[in-house]
Amino acid sequence: MIEFRNVSKTYPNGVKGLKNINLTIEKGEFIVIVGLSGAGKSTLLRSINRLHEISEGEIMIDNESITAAKGKNLRHIRRDIGMIFQNFNLVKRSTVLRNVLSGRVAYHSTLRTVFGLFPKEDVNLALNALDRVNIVEKAYTRSDQLSGGQQQRVSIARALAQEAKIILADEPVASLDPLTTKQVMDDLKKINQELGITTVVNLHFIDIARQYATRIIGLNAGEVVFDGPVEEATDEKFQEIYGQQLEKEQQRGPIGAGAE
Amino acid sequence: MSQPPKKTIPKPPTRIKHYLTAAIVLALLVLSYIQTGSSFMDLITNRDQMASLVIDMFPPDWAYFENIIEPMLETIRMAVIGTTFGAIISVPVILLCANNVNRIPWISYPARFVLNLIRTVPELLLAAIFVAIFGLGMIPGIFALTIFSVGIIAKLTYESVEGIDKGPMEAMTAVGANKVQWITFAIIPQAAAYFVSYVLYTFEVNIRAAAILGLVGAGGIGLYYDSNLGFLNYPRVNTLIIATLAVVLIIDFVSNKLREKLL
Repeated sequence: MIEFRNVSKTYPNGVKGLKNINLTIEKGEFIVIVGLSGAGKSTLLRSINRLHEISEGEIMIDNESITAAKGKNLRHIRRDIGMIFQNFNLVKRSTVLRNVLSGRVAYHSTLRTVFGLFPKEDVNLALNALDRVNIVEKAYTRSDQLSGGQQQRVSIARALAQEAKIILADEPVASLDPLTTKQVMDDLKKINQELGITTVVNLHFIDIARQYATRIIGLNAGEVVFDGPVEEATDEKFQEIYGQQLEKEQQRGPIGAGAE
Repeated sequence: MSQPPKKTIPKPPTRIKHYLTAAIVLALLVLSYIQTGSSFMDLITNRDQMASLVIDMFPPDWAYFENIIEPMLETIRMAVIGTTFGAIISVPVILLCANNVNRIPWISYPARFVLNLIRTVPELLLAAIFVAIFGLGMIPGIFALTIFSVGIIAKLTYESVEGIDKGPMEAMTAVGANKVQWITFAIIPQAAAYFVSYVLYTFEVNIRAAAILGLVGAGGIGLYYDSNLGFLNYPRVNTLIIATLAVVLIIDFVSNKLREKLL
């Protein structure tokens, strides 16, 4: 469970990134956060595992405050939160398997991980994670030889190998074409349903959001302007909220074209 | 059609700054030329002396070749050991200097300052200082090359490290890695190729540097240059030049090929 309690973020230049956010995300939900560029989607998502710091309020992960956590405690909370990025964030010169195993580091001693001595169970876990996203045959390939969609699946496998209870995905399909977008979103959905992992995804486009989410959260200028089940997230509703802005965005092209 | 738009168009920026820069550079060049008292005429009027020196050098003293194999190997050994020590010391220095690894400015800036300070000291001067401390031989030469290597390897690598993809670093933070794991999994795989490439490059530079360290008594082939030039034994000097050239060319070639493969 993720809880936002009166969360605000003010950037050093005075710009308000988030304004008094109060949200509760239950275990097993598939949440899609939508909003225009600069609405604060990324800030909101990254505040959950504290890749971005917040200025006010508190964020609770399973009733433990990540906002107050320090050092080892913070690392242990992060260990339970997998993250998927727009640009995959794999080490391109390393093999796929090593990238997936890097999700395991927080479970082991520094010395063991520095020498790459992952236990056999970890390697099996990593291979199973790769199998789940249908890419296990690439385990010993260098990551830079994979296509974008394949790299994104590797990064999903990394989050799985991490045995994360929550997966955060920051614009996971913004660099992908429509077909691979579907594959990656299907993978995320499957994992969410089969393993019950709470999933929070940032998306630029409302139509994919409706296909996959159980609940949609709409942001505008750092505020929650919509929060409800998919059925309520109608075109009319969003037209009302975003008005002209949304129309312009939609005209910018197919899925992923206008990502930040 | 080709009328300018009605709005106020910004004026093109003035070019005075560029002209001024060019003028100052030119003035500095001319002044240096006058001040040093150098003259192209010297080159022409002294051409006889140059010619006679070249004539004196031929034929090279091939028999002498046998005597310089050992000092030549010593030179290479000094370069190998100096580069290796320098590379080892460079690792922590790089991590301290790179501002995307070490986010504490009051550590990274002093570290860089020390690094820049090291780089201002020529290797020959370093060698002379170490000869004064440790006496004649290879040891001061190795120490000089070690410090000299840190200056090159650490500087070049930390600048490359600052340019690496920050995505994997972010990902490692997100999985809950501690700092050492973060460096091992996000920085090292990305920086390793640069590091090895710069170590090889430094090795090339060190071979050339090691060849003259003997001039101040810090071991290697330089001592032989010094004595043979002193005795005006030009055929032998020529052998030395040819031998040095051959070694430098071979090592540069191999090192370049390796570096091409790396990057």
